[in-house]
Amino acid sequence: MTTLSERILGAPAGEYVDRPVDRAYVHDGTGVLTLEAWRALESGEIASPDRTYVLFDHIIPANSSTTADLQHELRKFACGAGLHFSDIGDGICHQLMGEGTALPGEIIVGADSHTCTLGAFGAFATGVGATDMAVIWASGSTWFRVPETVGIFFSGRLSGHTEAKDLALTYVSRLGMDGATYRALEFIGDGTTHLSMDSRMTLCNLAVETGAKTGLCYADAVTAAYLQSFGEIVSTQAPPSCTYEQELDFELEDIIPVIAVPPRVDTIFPVSELCGVPLDQVFVGTCTNGRYEDLSRFASIVRGKKVRVRTIVAPASRAVLEDAARTGILSDILAAGCTVIPPGCGPCLGAHMGVIGEGEVCLSTANRNFRNRMGVGGEIYLSSVSTAAASALAGEIALPGGDE
Amino acid sequence: MRIEGNAVCLPPDIDTDLIIAGRYLRTKDRSIWATHVFEDLDPSLEARLRGSVIIAGKNFGCGSSREQAAVALKEAGVVCIIAPSFARIFFRNAINRGLPLAQADLSCRDGEKVVVDFSAGTVTAGDLSREIPPLSPRMLEILAEGGLVEHWRKRR
Repeated sequence: MTTLSERILGAPAGEYVDRPVDRAYVHDGTGVLTLEAWRALESGEIASPDRTYVLFDHIIPANSSTTADLQHELRKFACGAGLHFSDIGDGICHQLMGEGTALPGEIIVGADSHTCTLGAFGAFATGVGATDMAVIWASGSTWFRVPETVGIFFSGRLSGHTEAKDLALTYVSRLGMDGATYRALEFIGDGTTHLSMDSRMTLCNLAVETGAKTGLCYADAVTAAYLQSFGEIVSTQAPPSCTYEQELDFELEDIIPVIAVPPRVDTIFPVSELCGVPLDQVFVGTCTNGRYEDLSRFASIVRGKKVRVRTIVAPASRAVLEDAARTGILSDILAAGCTVIPPGCGPCLGAHMGVIGEGEVCLSTANRNFRNRMGVGGEIYLSSVSTAAASALAGEIALPGGDE
Repeated sequence: MRIEGNAVCLPPDIDTDLIIAGRYLRTKDRSIWATHVFEDLDPSLEARLRGSVIIAGKNFGCGSSREQAAVALKEAGVVCIIAPSFARIFFRNAINRGLPLAQADLSCRDGEKVVVDFSAGTVTAGDLSREIPPLSPRMLEILAEGGLVEHWRKRR
């Protein structure tokens, strides 16, 4: 009678354990501090170069000489040390790890808070800081406190223009920004098994916005089929047989399109109550909503029309971009007047490629709307891709399907 | 371990973007992080941080994994942070950087003298006193040695 976290970490909730990690990754942002801390350790070699990844996604291509110098140093190191390295334009670290690398049952650490995205594969995947990561580089392992778990039951199916993102914002709002601090979330029930892997990654991505260590889905036939497309044959995980410290239930038929208003991810309103809020920018992408399913949904709404507000689209990876080019949805997005930027984090953290100005309002499909995050004095509303598409066409917040 | 400082009061849910904004991350120069700490919350705060104990509301340090947040606070002279709860990545980062954290729900008056006694398991602010849950022996060792890098170097 154990939760998935207890099963993977091999100890009951509340215990402290030391465990070797199966995958450890950093990006160009956190990798710099990790390298500095690792050098201070003077440990010699990286313990497991074959399990260590450096993936450039945060400010790519470099936006200044300072950034370029920092990236040059990290790139040179990663390649010299024989680590897995992916350069500018390959995509967002969590997405790349989710394209056939992260596997069910693994322990995965990333120097980024949204590492929890990979819980979608039935892995225990959690974010760590740079110094923790440096010690993982040196030793191949780290300590964990096995978390208690909140069970989140989904039943039924999403309908209309409602997406996993609406579901995710809804559970974050129910739990609150610290409702699951130090704990894990498990997403279960037939409403979860109906979701695609792209949607499950969206669901798990927002787990950290409740303070959770990670969010997990059990690996099932959908997981196995997805990973098989990358040549990985995996077993499914036995469904849950545990009692949870706390349980939440959601009927997916009751979920409606929602928006998180600035500056809190847990403060949501139905889109219908915000219709008409003027927008200066729409941003579609990120580790939350930059996958093929998202771009496809976006294209299906803007196809043959023109956006009325500047709209930035960032595919989550090169594979997503290539698929979008091959199937033609990229052309639909471009023809609608959107600006497509290289696969990566884009303007999500306010560093480049779509920073907003004072008094400007951005509707974003990302996961954080903290004060000043995308630019000093700007405001961020968070929504699904469908809501972003309908709003881009309207030039103001609009309900998806409202013109049908 | 016993720490003293003057209280600086902060609200709940202080996120890491507010501690140090993303636009200041691309550097290895810690003094830049210390200079711009809390800039988007209240630019006047930085000048009051040397020798301070921050007493904050719940969920301090939520958001990103950026370790620069813990480094910035330490470099700016914060000697301890007290809050009813901390975001977990920030919690580990702070300990790893040798910045002590105490879990307690404490009403706060700016400038008041605060004493945190990890050995006795208490925090005292003015005439108010609260018990704090103990840090693990490993965390206390890491703090005593000034951070995880030093701790690890001693034991490898």
